[in-house]
This record gives sequence, structure tokens and C-alpha cells, in this order.
Amino acid sequence: MPDHSAIMHMGQDLLVILHGDLDDRTVESIEREVTSEVARTSARGALIDVSGVDVIDSFVAQVLARLVRMVRLLGAEAAIVGIRPAVAISLVELGASMPDVTTALSAEQGMARLRRMRADNSVRIDHGKHC
Amino acid sequence: MASIAEIPAADPLASTSVAIDGESDLLRVRSVARAHARQAGLGVTATTKVVTAASELARNILHYATGGRGIATVQQAASGQKRGVRAVFTDSGPGIADLGAAMRSGFSTGGGLGLGLPGSRRLVDEFSIDSAPGSGTRVAICQWDR
Repeated sequence: MPDHSAIMHMGQDLLVILHGDLDDRTVESIEREVTSEVARTSARGALIDVSGVDVIDSFVAQVLARLVRMVRLLGAEAAIVGIRPAVAISLVELGASMPDVTTALSAEQGMARLRRMRADNSVRIDHGKHC
Repeated sequence: MASIAEIPAADPLASTSVAIDGESDLLRVRSVARAHARQAGLGVTATTKVVTAASELARNILHYATGGRGIATVQQAASGQKRGVRAVFTDSGPGIADLGAAMRSGFSTGGGLGLGLPGSRRLVDEFSIDSAPGSGTRVAICQWDR
């Protein structure tokens, strides 16, 4: 795992903390690492914490959005949390605002959101069974 | 709005050039842009915006210039009481045949997102581009402290 990231297990979820200046190779290796870790541990969710990342350019944004889609394809939920205000402004002006990606202000709020999404899904499944 | 050519540098000696020749140079361009922006007293948002734009423009050189090579030159700028940072990106690549199209979001001849040029223009206070087929491309950006 590169020095720019750390993966922690929190119950059924993964918390991925990114920090520093991410180059293309680093962000792509993080993408592979997180995808395999979700599959290996059968994680139900992954939170990508970017509060320690100074700059997200269009390439990094594209890879992060792709990572979220990959995790969803594996059957888990994913969210990007902790985008700094200056980074959010830059992404919107750049035109790379990742509209389909679930986000939250902090890891704590992101975790609550993942749990809510899971609860909503199980309600839908139960509903299906009873009809 | 003054054209970028008219903006005198606060200290011409303070310019830093970064040769762009590979992916790792993107980090150098970002870090040089960040250092100059901080020295010029830019706030966090203005700094993040200009560093993001610099990253996009350096990436354009990697993707489109001949051999992925070019130069980024960053320095402080001053105009009256204003201070800022200026960065110039030059390459001797194939040039851009249709500048109008290249400046539209979503237009790309290289399989990218097509955000680099139009996105960078939105991020900074001043933006100018010079290019013609066969004569390379020069993009100059400037970000002010207010």
C-alpha cells in the first residue's frame, strides 16, 4: 500500500484515508487496492476520506468516481467524505464535480449515510417478500 | 482586464521552471505553483484553484505535446496593489487546429474528459492561449490575491 493511504476496517466497512499530493499512479494503485480489499473482506461499505488531500484534479476525480462505481458493482456501498471546501469549489469550476457519487462532510456522517443506505435497501427487500 | 503580457512580475528572479517529461513532473508543477501562490499571499481557495489549473495544463502537455514534453514556468506577479501568481505552459507539440473546439467542455482528441483547457480557464482570473498547427501551444494563467 502506498504511503499516501491507509485502509482501516470498521465492522463491516472499510475506511480508506488518503492524504498528501496524489499522482496518477498512486491514485490508480489505491483504486486497485481498495477494490480487492472490499472483495477480499466482503465489506458492505467503503468510505474514502480525502480530508487530507490538498488538490483533486480531473484525473484524480475521475479515478475516485470510478472507484465508487466499482465498489457498488461488487455489491457494497461507497462514499467520498471530507472533500475540503476549496477542493469542492475547484472541482465544480473545473466541471468535474462527480454528480453520481455519494459524498459526506466527514467520515462520521459518511458512515451514518452508508448505514442508512443499507437500512433502506433491507426495507425494500422485506417489502418485496411480503407482497 | 490587462493582458497577461502587460503584468510585470514582482521579482523576475523568482520564477521557477519545471521541465515536464513524465507523470511525476505533475507533482512538481503542483508543488511549485502552490509555493509561489503562498508566497504571493493567495488564500486557500485561490491557491487550490490555481494549483488545480496548473495540474490540468501540465497533464495536457503530457498527453498532447510531442513526446509529452514541455515547460512550466511559475512566478509571482504584481499589478498595482494586487499580488498574484502567473504560470506559463509551453510545448512544441503539434499545436491545436481548432482552438474554439478545444476550449469547449467535453471536446477531446485524446480520450480525456475534455475539461483541461475550459476547466482551467474557469478556475483562474486570467487565461490566454496561443497555438497553431505545427507551432506548439502556449497557455498563460494568472491568479490574483483578491
